[in-house]
Amino acid sequence: MNKTNKDWNAQICAIRDAQDQAAFAELFAHFAPRVKGFLMKSGADASLAEECTQEVMATLWRKAHMFDPSRASVSTWIFTIARNRKIDALRKQRRPEPEDLPWGPEAEPDQAEAIGLKQETEQLAVAIKELPEKQRILVEQAYFGDLSHSEIAEITGLPLGTIKSRIRLALERLRHAMK
Amino acid sequence: MNMTDTIKHHLTPEILMAYSAGTLPEAFGLIVASHVSMCDACRAELDSYDAVGGVVMEDAGTADVSSDALAATMKLIATGDNAPKEPRRSTGTLPSPLQDYVGGDLSAINWKPLGMGVKQAILPTSKAATARLLYIPAGAAVPDHGHQGTEMTLVLQGAFVDEEDRFARGDVEVANEDMEHTPIADMGEDCICLAVTDAPLKFNAFIPRLAQRFLRI
Repeated sequence: MNKTNKDWNAQICAIRDAQDQAAFAELFAHFAPRVKGFLMKSGADASLAEECTQEVMATLWRKAHMFDPSRASVSTWIFTIARNRKIDALRKQRRPEPEDLPWGPEAEPDQAEAIGLKQETEQLAVAIKELPEKQRILVEQAYFGDLSHSEIAEITGLPLGTIKSRIRLALERLRHAMK
Repeated sequence: MNMTDTIKHHLTPEILMAYSAGTLPEAFGLIVASHVSMCDACRAELDSYDAVGGVVMEDAGTADVSSDALAATMKLIATGDNAPKEPRRSTGTLPSPLQDYVGGDLSAINWKPLGMGVKQAILPTSKAATARLLYIPAGAAVPDHGHQGTEMTLVLQGAFVDEEDRFARGDVEVANEDMEHTPIADMGEDCICLAVTDAPLKFNAFIPRLAQRFLRI
C-alpha cells in the first residue's frame, strides 16, 4: 500500500478512542502540508495558511468522534474542515451548514461500506488524474475558488455515480437504524 | 428533521459542487444547506463532490509547515474546548440552518406584509445575494415576475404550482432570467418558501418599482 492510498481510519479511531498523540502525529505529517498547500492555492498568504492549518488539524482531533467512514474517506473529511476554515478566514461571511445526521453506538459504521467507499474514492482519484488536462485544471480551479458557475457547469464525466449511490446506502441504513 | 421522501425537484450539480468548493454567496449557501438537511439524495451527491475536493487537496501539492507546527497544534488542542458538541437537528418546520438565521422556528419569523396577505422576511446575509422567506396564503398568487439572474425557491410548508410543475415541501425550483412565471399556492395550506436571488426581481404588476426599492425585493 503506497502512502497516498493509505487508509487513515485506524489513526482517527485511535484519536477518538484513546487520544493517541502518535496516531495524530502521523496524520499531521501527511495532511498538514497538504492542507497548507490547499489554503495557499486558495489565496491565503503563508502565515494565514499556517495558522489555519493548525486550527484545521486541531478540529480534526476535536471532531474525531463525528467521523463516519461509510460516508467519507479521511482525506474527504479533512478537505471539508479545511474548506470551512477557508470560508471563515478568507470570505468572512457566515457559513450555513446542513443539519447533523444522527450518529451513535447503535449505528456503528459498516466495515464493508467503508472499504467500498475507500476503493471508489481511489478510483475517483485515478479518474481525475486521467482527465484531459484542460478539464482537470477546471476541476482543480473549482475547488481553489476562482471559477464562475457556467465554467463549472462544463465539467462532466467524473465517475461520481457509484460513490453517490454508496453514500446513499449508508444514509438509508443510518436513517433506518434510527427508527 | 423529518425526511421528505417525496422530493421531486433537487439542487443542480453545479450548485452542489460550488457549495462543496465553498465558493457560493452566503444566501445560496443557506438554501443548499437547508435543502440538503431535508434531502438524502442531495446530501449523498454533495458528499461525492466533497470526495472530489479531498482528491484535489491530496494532489494539489504540499507547503512546508513550520518546525513547531505539531507542538503548536497540540497546544491548541490542550487549551481549546474539546467537549463533544450536541448534534444540530431540527424538530420543527424549518431545518436547522434556517433556524440559525431566523432565531427559532416559524413563530420567530419577523414577517413584513407585502399586500394581499403575502408577507416576506429578509434574512441577514452578505450582499452578493438576497435570501428571504415568503408567506403566500393558500390559493393566492405570488405576483407575476420575471428574473434577472438566478432565483431558487425552496418550499418549507404547503405547496405551489406554476406553469411548469407542482412544488411541495423540500422541493427546489431553479428559475433563470428567461422564465416568467406566476406561482400559485395550493388551496390546502398557506405556503412558506425560502427564496434566494442574485439580482432583484422584476415584478410586472402588483408592486411599483419605487416600492420594490424600499422593500428590497
